[in-house]
Amino acid sequence: MAVLRLRIVWIGAAVILIAALLPFWLSAYLLGILTAAYYFGVFAMAWDLLFGFAGEVNFGPTFLIGLGAYTAAILNTFGLPIPVCVIAAAFAAVVGGILLAVPALRLRGPYFGLVTLVAVLLLQNFIVIFAGITGGEIGMTVPDVLSIDANVNYWYALAFLALCAVLLFGLSRSAVGLILQASGQDAVGASALGFNVTKHKIAAFCVSALFSGTAGAMLIFYMGTASIDTVVDVAIAVQIIIAAVLGGRRTILGAALGAVFLIVANEFLRPLGQLNTFVVAAVALAVILFFPEGLLGYALHRGERE
Amino acid sequence: MSGDIRLQVSGLGKRFGGVIAVKNMSFDLRAGEITGLIGPNGSGKSTVMSLIMGLTRANAGAIKLDGVDIAGWPAHRIARSGVSIVFQHSRPLQRQTVLENVKLALLPDSLVRLVTEASAAERARAIAERVGLGGVLHRHPWTLPFADLRRMELAKAVARDPKVVLIDEPFAGLTSAEIKVFSDLIRTLRDEGRAVLLVDHSVKSVAALADRVIAMYLGERIAEGSADEVMQNETVRRVYIGGKIETVERKAAAAEGATLLDIDAVEVLYGKAKALDGVSLRVQQDEFVSIVGLNGAGKTTLFNAISGLVPYRGAIRFDGRDLRSLTAAAIARAGVVHCPETRELFGHMSVRENLDLGGGHLSNAERQRQLAWVFDLFPILEQRQTQAARTLSGGEQQMLTLGRALMMQPKLLILDEPTLGLAPVILGQLSKAIERLRGERSLTLLLAEQNVTFALPHSDRVYVLDHGRITWQGDPARFAREMSTGYL
Repeated sequence: MAVLRLRIVWIGAAVILIAALLPFWLSAYLLGILTAAYYFGVFAMAWDLLFGFAGEVNFGPTFLIGLGAYTAAILNTFGLPIPVCVIAAAFAAVVGGILLAVPALRLRGPYFGLVTLVAVLLLQNFIVIFAGITGGEIGMTVPDVLSIDANVNYWYALAFLALCAVLLFGLSRSAVGLILQASGQDAVGASALGFNVTKHKIAAFCVSALFSGTAGAMLIFYMGTASIDTVVDVAIAVQIIIAAVLGGRRTILGAALGAVFLIVANEFLRPLGQLNTFVVAAVALAVILFFPEGLLGYALHRGERE
Repeated sequence: MSGDIRLQVSGLGKRFGGVIAVKNMSFDLRAGEITGLIGPNGSGKSTVMSLIMGLTRANAGAIKLDGVDIAGWPAHRIARSGVSIVFQHSRPLQRQTVLENVKLALLPDSLVRLVTEASAAERARAIAERVGLGGVLHRHPWTLPFADLRRMELAKAVARDPKVVLIDEPFAGLTSAEIKVFSDLIRTLRDEGRAVLLVDHSVKSVAALADRVIAMYLGERIAEGSADEVMQNETVRRVYIGGKIETVERKAAAAEGATLLDIDAVEVLYGKAKALDGVSLRVQQDEFVSIVGLNGAGKTTLFNAISGLVPYRGAIRFDGRDLRSLTAAAIARAGVVHCPETRELFGHMSVRENLDLGGGHLSNAERQRQLAWVFDLFPILEQRQTQAARTLSGGEQQMLTLGRALMMQPKLLILDEPTLGLAPVILGQLSKAIERLRGERSLTLLLAEQNVTFALPHSDRVYVLDHGRITWQGDPARFAREMSTGYL
């Protein structure tokens, strides 16, 4: 185990180093795509903490992301500086997450997932109705941006992804992560061992909300706009879920890889026109059908068996 | 040897829908004493255990741990107060090692304590070594034999030094050598001053270990005392063996019929545990055959194999066709209708809807005829047509299960423990209904029972299944002579 952990540290450091040097080779256009993909990676990792560890399928990750993104955008139009907006966004997402999770986790089976799905639709309607402040269906322009330099934006995103990956991966491998995993796999067994399963799951939801909301806020300060299509729509939620499953359940890091893969693949297949989404979806479907543990999960598991 | 009262259960009651699972149970568990809680399948003993652990909430009564009433507390709080449980089936963390799985049990219920304390790791190692896992500390659970997985569950249960340890079917699936090792481990728990409750279906398996045995039937306590006293107890004998064994001489005609079901060397594995080991048996056309054996002998597994619900090795032929290539649905349509012991009624549908679903493939006129016949067989179902199935009493649910199966016009009817948890008066009614079936229709019956008295009068032939093997076969009269003693 200690060896494996060391290996992951070294591989991770190497990957981050190479990624940090990419601006010296890639065009600003490609860097822009990777920048968005990195924020997307954080969404997927935060989602895997809930699905892979707490064992709860959250069909509405964009509820948490959207809450963070719009909170940050609205506060920024009132003139608050970016760091304050990002912190407020994280706070709003956590509060929203608690309001959603506390009643929803009392439900069993598919009902939790349905509640999270309805929450996204509610948020979407709310944004459309209060078009005066939110910009409605058209979206809103954010006064401040992180930077106008593509390289700087890229490094911000990479640093943010690396930080989130270290924190979430560390949490998943900690004592708390072990309890969470036990709660997700066998709630009865975990409670008989003296763990308050509901408490741990709500905490996991809060952590997931914290990272989702922060990443949502960072994303809109990169793009300079906030709109339903980019941070709230159910289609985005589905992409996040596919990314996490593609990369590998219960791996955290796999989710980030899946997200980057999904967005980059979408871009490379753009010449196919309308077909490109279809091809990406078909590839994702094939991976899920034939490697249900995901790409990284499959690789890790093979390592374990040997 | 026995010390203070650790756990005091009084007036405990639990009902599920229309079924009363536990009724006014009272008993004490003392420090340094091993208590056996026994009862036939469906008697409510497992419910009592999950009520104590807080996994199910009681409808009535009190459970006092060292004088504090813990009834209604959530399970994690009860666990933290000093009660722990060894489940019969465990789901360990597969990506973690044995040591990490044991360490899990020692972690505080905290959201901020991210690092495992070194002392916890040390303690986990010591406990794992004590139960005999020293050699496999760094292996993953899926690489371990079944007995080691049980050891790991035991290690997790005793890790936090509980006052009361509940053990569900302590010896299920273990070899006799392993049973000895486990018995010694359980004795150590007693010698450390813990109160131990062993929950098992038979007195025999806990007799050597338990200082005191409580017998349960239909949710109530029927006897209490030393293992010997309970085994001698008249009520207990009647519940298990069903009192005096009666047999009815059958005409030899049935034996001449064609073979309807032919089971040849069937073997089923559940992970590491062998549930069936080379079982072969035959059922002729129009014959009523019983398979008797205690809980865990493999009866349900055998039936699930016939119905195509579990993968198996060997061959099962019905009416000359190999069933392996058929799906469970196709097997049912071919005329093999299975009433599982869990009944599997559609609880939210009405009695009538359940019956109509059973006769779904029949023409309207034929369905009406079949329905009239089922209502004639079980008049109570006609009165309860509009009631939701889950609100029926246990006996009525069993009648509905049988009724629904008969609506499918079976060629071979498979009944798995129809008497499970039913009162004697209901058994009489079921018995009469089964007797009528033989007279009125051409039907072949395969019946699994631990209640021998219920099974024998309906049987042309009897097979005894023990630990996944057929250990005896013959006619009911011979069974009464050879097997009736020592079956308990």
